[in-house]
Amino acid sequence: MKVLVPVKRVIDFNIKVKVKGDQTGVDLSNVKMSMNPFDEIAVEEALRLREKGNATEVIAVSIGPQAAQETIRTALAMGADRGILVKAEGDVEPLAVAKILKAICEEEKPGLVILGKQAIDDDSNQTGQMLAALLGWPQGTFAHKIELSDAAISVEREIDGGLQTVELKLPAVVTTDLRLNEPRYASLPNIMKAKKKPIAEKTPADYHVDATPRLKVIKVTEPPKRRAGVKVKTAAELVDKLKNEAGVI
Amino acid sequence: MASLVIAEHDNAVLKDATAKTASAAAQLGAPVHVLVAGYQCGAVAAAAARLPGVEKILIADAQAFARMIAEPMEQLIVGLAPGYDAILAPATTNGKNYMPRVAAKLDVPQVSEILAVESPDTFRRPIYAGNAIQTVQAPAGKKVITVRTTAFKPLEGAGSAPVENVAAPADPGISKFVSEELSRSERPELTSAKIVISGGRGLQSGENFHLLEKIADKLHAALGASRAAVDAGFVPNDYQVGQTGKVVAPELYIAVGISGAIQHLAGMKDSKVIAAINKDEEAPIFQIADYGLVADLFKAIPEMEQELTRLGY
Ligand SMILES: Cc1cc2nc3c(=O)[nH]c(=O)nc-3n(C[C@H](O)[C@H](O)[C@H](O)COP(=O)(O)OP(=O)(O)OC[C@H]3O[C@@H](n4cnc5c(N)ncnc54)[C@H](O)[C@@H]3O)c2cc1C
Ligand SMILES: Nc1ncnc2c1ncn2[C@@H]1O[C@H](COP(=O)(O)O)[C@@H](O)[C@H]1O
Repeated sequence: MKVLVPVKRVIDFNIKVKVKGDQTGVDLSNVKMSMNPFDEIAVEEALRLREKGNATEVIAVSIGPQAAQETIRTALAMGADRGILVKAEGDVEPLAVAKILKAICEEEKPGLVILGKQAIDDDSNQTGQMLAALLGWPQGTFAHKIELSDAAISVEREIDGGLQTVELKLPAVVTTDLRLNEPRYASLPNIMKAKKKPIAEKTPADYHVDATPRLKVIKVTEPPKRRAGVKVKTAAELVDKLKNEAGVI
Repeated sequence: MASLVIAEHDNAVLKDATAKTASAAAQLGAPVHVLVAGYQCGAVAAAAARLPGVEKILIADAQAFARMIAEPMEQLIVGLAPGYDAILAPATTNGKNYMPRVAAKLDVPQVSEILAVESPDTFRRPIYAGNAIQTVQAPAGKKVITVRTTAFKPLEGAGSAPVENVAAPADPGISKFVSEELSRSERPELTSAKIVISGGRGLQSGENFHLLEKIADKLHAALGASRAAVDAGFVPNDYQVGQTGKVVAPELYIAVGISGAIQHLAGMKDSKVIAAINKDEEAPIFQIADYGLVADLFKAIPEMEQELTRLGY
């Protein structure tokens, strides 16, 4: 069984973004870019399935600018077998990403697609669910633990009240939550090896998908700022302020 | 045409996320209908009927909806979609699970976690962990929206909407519910509590969360946590507050032993009053806290408890 892992190139999670003065977006010039953290978890899970003998091949896909090739290389250095780069400039919305992924699934016929639950730039939390719907496949979102059997996968999910387990017929879509695993670091020899692994280059047109955004961004602004308040010296003073000044207890 | 709100509930109780979503829906200007999809959920439909400003309740009562599994929910909602201009759900783990499927099937983009309605097709939503706010206009056609419920107040008053049954489409049969392990608590729910007290890595262990529980009991507060505390196994996953956990906006948020990473702030910085206890005076949490106490929490929390007791809490 093949496993497909979509990986997105995003601003590194450690960096606090700055909104551009002209309100057209955030400033991404000269900032560190990385693989979306949830996608690292997705790659790790796919590799573990291959190492357990459940999967035969792990394919990393990224939709984005030429530089997204680096994100695919990161996945290959972790251990993925090959990559597909679908070149597109500017924002590609979850629905368009899902349509491209659907076409790739029809070509590659994976048994499982593992995505991140959320890209930390657009915070959409949509792509995996949209892909599953377009394919008519079941989904196990916010995965905490997965277990594969012959024709099904059991997914323990992180939900608002705790944990929920669902069983899905394969093929299926899984999206990762933080506790699914701890992704490995790529070793130097594996980084070298990754340079020789193949990456196919495509465009949205190859899959007959129009990747033009459909939501119109009117503006991007800074959120209201909070200011630091006062320091108190003791716990008793804190209680007093909360009670008598703020009136919240 | 009307707007359809998908109710959040557990088959017995209607969650207030529904009232807040209905309030967002009302701002679109069209009549609001509420869909209660569940199993043996008549009481929920009756509660929904009392929501102010709602014109009609639809109830789909079938085993397939007992846990709001995404695949049958998609079929049900897509089947009802021709009668609606907009479909809204709260951005709970349920709403986040089924709504993008609905949007994909309708071939429209979803607008996730709206904070405000600017006009019937234009919304504000957070991106980059809330460090930027995007104003987006949805294209002509149906709107599929999830709502950040902390950003909307329920409408006031009481209604008496009629309840109408809708037929349940056949379960697609590709997924099934197996089991659930819910964290039970006598405390208020994290996302609707007036006071939240959260612990971080500084708590050092799950046992030490009992220190916070004592304060929580006195203040009728909910307990929350940072990702680090959840990852370390101190508390269950559903305690996580942040960009990728729960978003809360209580009257008072008390952060204890939490550094204040941007991902954590994303989930609590809209709280009315923020208090922080941290032994590191450089901790970023102090940059947004209204009241900061630089102290060892193992000394400060028992002192706080004593002071509350002294004052009769
Ligand atoms: C993709 C992604 C998603 C994430 N999502 C979230 C999220 O939703 N929510 C979230 O919270 N985080 C999230 N994070 C993690 C986030 O980046 C931080 O790592 C995390 O919030 C840190 O938790 P913490 O503040 O408890 O731990 P630390 O940063 O280790 O801080 C511990 C604090 O405790 C203080 N302390 C220690 N001992 C004491 C003592 N005795 N008394 C007083 N103070 C003490 C220390 O001074 C320190 O400031 C995410 C990260 C990634 C990459
Ligand atoms: N441009 C992209 N290229 C590859 N994968 C993507 C892309 N956009 C989204 N994804 C995948 O979809 C997940 C959820 O993204 P989103 O729906 O944007 O929050 C990500 O974690 C990725 O696994």
